[in-house]
Amino acid sequence: MGTGDALGMEGAHTQASGMGGMRAAGDLVARMQMTRRMRLKEAKEYVAGKLGCTTRDLSDPVAMELLRKEHGLGLLAMTSSAQPDEPGMMEAKFNISKVLDIPINWVERFKERTDR
Amino acid sequence: MEPRIPTRMGDGSLVEMTRSEIKADLEAGTQLAAKKAKVPELTQDELDHLLDIYASPARFTAVDIGEEVVLSNDGTGTKHIGNRVQDLQSYETLLGVDMVELWQADYSYKAVKTNVAHEGQGMKIAQALLTNPVQYGAMPDLGRYSKPDGPIPNWSELLPMGRIDEARDAQVEACEMLVEDINFVADAMIEAGADGIDMDTTGAAGDADFLAALTACRMLRERYPWLGIEIGMASEFVLGMHGQLEFDGERLAGMWPKKQLEMVTAAGASIYGPAVNINTGKSTAWNIARAITFIKPAAEVAQIPVHVNVGMGVGGVPTCLYPPADATSRASKAFVEILKIDGY
Repeated sequence: MGTGDALGMEGAHTQASGMGGMRAAGDLVARMQMTRRMRLKEAKEYVAGKLGCTTRDLSDPVAMELLRKEHGLGLLAMTSSAQPDEPGMMEAKFNISKVLDIPINWVERFKERTDR
Repeated sequence: MEPRIPTRMGDGSLVEMTRSEIKADLEAGTQLAAKKAKVPELTQDELDHLLDIYASPARFTAVDIGEEVVLSNDGTGTKHIGNRVQDLQSYETLLGVDMVELWQADYSYKAVKTNVAHEGQGMKIAQALLTNPVQYGAMPDLGRYSKPDGPIPNWSELLPMGRIDEARDAQVEACEMLVEDINFVADAMIEAGADGIDMDTTGAAGDADFLAALTACRMLRERYPWLGIEIGMASEFVLGMHGQLEFDGERLAGMWPKKQLEMVTAAGASIYGPAVNINTGKSTAWNIARAITFIKPAAEVAQIPVHVNVGMGVGGVPTCLYPPADATSRASKAFVEILKIDGY
């Protein structure tokens, strides 16, 4: 997308056509595009299949809050819905790697460097 | 008398046009692009759809529920709020983007190379604090290798003197240095935990710049099969500053988006980012029709995700410091609904 006025540009894009990132499941779909070079339709279907939901649910923050909680995929840390016993950022990435069946670099480095 | 509708020029200024005038601009934009790139004009249905989007006084517009796309956000953040990682956190939490990118102000792999350990620590902190995928991005920026900024004779000075062979040799030598630097920085960032590498504004210095990105991409893909690699372009057309460089037997100079996509795909990239620059003297309707016409042949055949550059000054978003949300949201909707793109 590129840099520019955050609210006039990035904010406008996220509201007009964005998946919502980890407010919903945009980060998960993005990981499939990055790691497996999947186009959008295939990436959405893959993630929806893994989570047992519809592709429309993936952009729905209400539906995804419950699914992210159920699978330990991480919630926005600033909200009161993220309880202390729920996965934080690093733990969530371990779970995302497992649920989506993809390697996540940070997770692999963490394992490697804590096993010396 | 036909009502006048508020709309935007390519420089962001608010003007009023009639529906007929907007329609005429859409037709002129697609006709010009089709002629230049030797591609088909947009169909009547597509032009009608664009007219519905652009001939509306609504302050904001959006895609239908369920039709959302991935936002890769190269150059995440403003660099003016807190520190860089806080910028990334803001984008993850408040804006809800899908990927974020760590970058530094001197957005060039050559510049990053001298500061790579510090950048790596920034990546580690970002990885510890975010759930979103975090990529590292910079420009290939081949011009940095020419004198006076770099060690190579300046081809922009040699070319006007008619010293064509020397200018070409200089670009080839610079290209080799750039490939090495992209690999050096990428290796370090991947060690630090990066999910992906972005080569942004590729081709800004012409075909040798594009060749360096493609070559580095192929090398990275061989070493890191899982790595996200995004190649975003500088413009709709690859300038032939060298003129004879090839990748997989294809001459790079003069490539429009469809051929650019083929090269990027062959090099092993995960995401292709076409860019079409704004003409500030024309309306956003004219600009969007032109941009979509250039990119459509690529989007139709893509085997990898296409994330169109729709930042300030490209892809139908006006060139101005504060891009208006009415213009940005129209560009957003237009690309998704006409081209079925995979993201921005």
